Amino acid sequence: MGYTLNFAAVWRSFDQLLEGLALSLGLAFVSILIGAVIGLLVAFALMAKSGWISRPAATYVTIIRNLPILVLVLFAYFALPQMGVRLGKIESFVAVLSIYSGAYLAEVFRAGLLSIPKGLTEAGLAIGLTPMQIRVSIIVPLMLRNVLPSLSSTVISLFKDTSLAAAIAVPELTFEARKINVESFRVIETWIVASGLYVVTCSILAALMRVAERRLAVPR
Amino acid sequence: MSKLLLEIQGLRKQYGALEVLKGVDCTMREGEVISIIGSSGSGKTTMLRCINMLEDFQAGRIVLDGEEIGYEQSNGTRRRKSEKDIARQRALTGMAFQQFNLFPHMTAAQNVMLGLIKVKKMPRDEARAVAEKWLDRVGLAARADHHPGQLSGGQQQRVAIARAIAMSPRLMLFDEVTSALDPELVGEVLQVIKGLAADGMSMLIVTHEMRFAYEVSSRVIFMNQGVIGEEGDPKEMFANPRTERLAEFLKTSSFN
Ligand SMILES: Nc1ncnc2c1ncn2[C@@H]1O[C@H](COP(=O)(O)OP(=O)(O)OP(=O)(O)O)[C@@H](O)[C@H]1O
Ligand SMILES: [Mg+2]
Repeated sequence: MGYTLNFAAVWRSFDQLLEGLALSLGLAFVSILIGAVIGLLVAFALMAKSGWISRPAATYVTIIRNLPILVLVLFAYFALPQMGVRLGKIESFVAVLSIYSGAYLAEVFRAGLLSIPKGLTEAGLAIGLTPMQIRVSIIVPLMLRNVLPSLSSTVISLFKDTSLAAAIAVPELTFEARKINVESFRVIETWIVASGLYVVTCSILAALMRVAERRLAVPR
Repeated sequence: MSKLLLEIQGLRKQYGALEVLKGVDCTMREGEVISIIGSSGSGKTTMLRCINMLEDFQAGRIVLDGEEIGYEQSNGTRRRKSEKDIARQRALTGMAFQQFNLFPHMTAAQNVMLGLIKVKKMPRDEARAVAEKWLDRVGLAARADHHPGQLSGGQQQRVAIARAIAMSPRLMLFDEVTSALDPELVGEVLQVIKGLAADGMSMLIVTHEMRFAYEVSSRVIFMNQGVIGEEGDPKEMFANPRTERLAEFLKTSSFN
């Protein structure tokens, strides 16, 4: 092969890639935050004794988990406006990724809740705490510690899913890379650099989660 | 004679079709230390859990300090009190469990402080001072900033007792608090309970430690198949059981 790699064109547009990466991170951050709130509520709903609460929650999780996220992205951006719901590109994608991560995080959180001994709730009740105070001070903090190891892979997965926003022209990392690819014709170089940015970012995220895990670990 | 503290009338509790408490009646005065003994499955734990409303019960009344626990009865109907009312009533009694149930992500001091801050609305530094006082009382002043995972079973149980007693309950409930402990750690926990008895704390103690029940209690209740089989002064009861059942039970119990 007579092809010589030349990264000059990509480096000239590197700022553009970084801006794309920043947007990817922003999308992931906001969506995971909203998704965590949804996931927490849904996880408790899944555990509720009443079927009126647990069944809708289970239905939500099942539907979302059986839909490809790209279908959700396209549905929200193209079909919802037809139904009178008009959202911007970014808002629409954040809404989708939040709802999507909510379902996955709900499952993760539920697993974490299951391993908390019932005796702790009873000890909380016995000193006069209300069920809500027990959730806030005891159950949720312990659940988060339980799930931190599996949370790491979910968070990274969700971050990678932001690349699907390129399908509706949200200027995140993948979209910017494609633009540079088209403008510079440096196909191989562009995608090598974009891939490198994803790998480095995910590794940093994983490292940060490990630090959090160590910091929050219950001393023994 | 001291004031009436606890009155239980016709307490019935069932799990599905299984009737576990079949009409328990008992009264207790302030400062009394009552040991509850009886064979496995006789309903000792269930009785304590009803007093603290960790279990709903189907019939009967539990009155603590003149206040009915858990339910409102007016002209024939019986309604469970609101969750908020029940939470407030639970704080009137303290409970120590067989499995300690300390909050593992909190230090010993934080375990004790939680209820003071959230339930008693005490300022943080005041709660810390109260926690330190009680941890000192159970001999763990030096362990205030240790997490449960860093403490022995006996130490954990003493923290759990401090956590309950710091709420200044009117009545302390102990459910086999030494059963999960290695034999060499039992003494330190029993010592703490004896100290509380000496202070005049009102206590209901479910225990398999007959020697301890004998030494510490002003009265013993023998539970048998969901009712009180016999009750009275420990010295008399242990020397001359009136019922066959108690005689048998005492024969099979160890006295160290
Ligand atoms: N949550 C529950 N569901 C169904 N049955 C229960 C439940 N808890 C207790 N029981 C039953 O109620 C009966 C009384 O139990 P309880 O725990 O009060 O006995 P106990 O006197 O404390 O016994 P032990 O000395 O073994 O602790 C037992 O037959 C037990 O199997
Ligand atoms: Mg028991």
